[in-house]
Amino acid sequence: MSSQWPLWEIFIRGQHGLNHRHVGSLHAPDAEMAIRNARDVYTRRNEGVSIWVVKSADITASSPSDKGPLFEPSNSKVYRHPTFFDIPEEVGHM
Amino acid sequence: MYAQMVKTDAKGVKTLEEMSPEERAFQERVDRGEKIEPKEWMPEGYRKTLVRQIGQHAHSEIVGQLPEGNWITRAPTLERKAILLAKVQDEAGHGLYLYCAAETLGVSRDELMEKLHNGSMKYSSIFNYPTLNWADIGAVGWLVDGAAIMNQVPLQRTSFGPYSRAMIRICKEESFHQRQGYDIMMKMAKGTPEQRAMAQDALNRFWYPSLMMFGPSDKDSVHSAQSIAWKIKINTNDELRQKFVDQTVPQAEYLGLTIPDDNLRWNEEKGGYDFSEPDWSEFFEVIAGNGPCNKERLGARVKAWEDGAWFREGLMAHAEKHGKRQAA
Ligand SMILES: [Fe+2]
Ligand SMILES: [Fe+2]
Repeated sequence: MSSQWPLWEIFIRGQHGLNHRHVGSLHAPDAEMAIRNARDVYTRRNEGVSIWVVKSADITASSPSDKGPLFEPSNSKVYRHPTFFDIPEEVGHM
Repeated sequence: MYAQMVKTDAKGVKTLEEMSPEERAFQERVDRGEKIEPKEWMPEGYRKTLVRQIGQHAHSEIVGQLPEGNWITRAPTLERKAILLAKVQDEAGHGLYLYCAAETLGVSRDELMEKLHNGSMKYSSIFNYPTLNWADIGAVGWLVDGAAIMNQVPLQRTSFGPYSRAMIRICKEESFHQRQGYDIMMKMAKGTPEQRAMAQDALNRFWYPSLMMFGPSDKDSVHSAQSIAWKIKINTNDELRQKFVDQTVPQAEYLGLTIPDDNLRWNEEKGGYDFSEPDWSEFFEVIAGNGPCNKERLGARVKAWEDGAWFREGLMAHAEKHGKRQAA
């Protein structure tokens, strides 16, 4: 009887030249309508200058149960953070 | 609040010792203030309770458009009309954010609609009261959105990620709603004697239904204790009601209007007002479907859904045909 419109994920680039950011999702029959609906649902107060829409079904996500092993390699590499190194105060700002 | 009397299926809050290892790990994450995301393990009761609560909240936003929509064509000036239109459109947006949050828990939009339409899911009792004159639109923004804000601000910290993010978006938009309502009340309260009388009448009719929005006293409720442990409820109904009264009384005084409660007085000791409870038998009647506008509200939603079916199906058929042609 009813054929539900597919779900789309909405990404918006704000005023200040930052990356497109995920803001939420909505249902629409096709990409063009998804953009029009996204304008009304997610940019009623000038929140954006550009909209991307992606069918939710087309997104592949990492699995939450892999969180440990997936991100473990970077855990042990604390020297990637500048605070790992002690620079004497006399040297000044670095 | 927009979600009243949400059941949890819980028989009491389990202690950490009584929980399975999975449940314990989950509860400890919630206690640490971590956000729970849709694909992660969660107790079935948590998932079901959230679907009910977020669904009820979403339905309230959508049904809540009706009493105010009633006045869009009759707003006194073009500016008031444009403002009210924008406010009501925001409420549609709120409903959509919340439906999407509920859908991440594995329920479909159509199922949620179906359950609203067949009465197995509720919406807030407040929207079953009529908006009889223009001052009612002021009272709704001031009191109803004011009560909603009371409930929604703490929910920004709720444990379920998508719900919390929806609440953050919604809260950003709500203060416009309350201010536009109070602005109407200021105009009316400082207007002609007839306008003042309309403003007082609107306050008289909306005061107790607004207090009912927070739900009955929940000191002893099992559901409430479980929801608080899961951080899908942050304050008790009574705490929020007290805060609402304390905030609203000075606002009414500024307007020169009288809160319709002879027992209302400042209690120095508790640092808040004492006030009369609403008539809870009326509340339960409204929840059971016997309020002044229940049939009209639900009827309008069902009609909109049914009348729009050909359009939704038409757009889908067009998209499918177009998609096939592109693929070929
Ligand atoms: Fe809202
Ligand atoms: Fe609102």
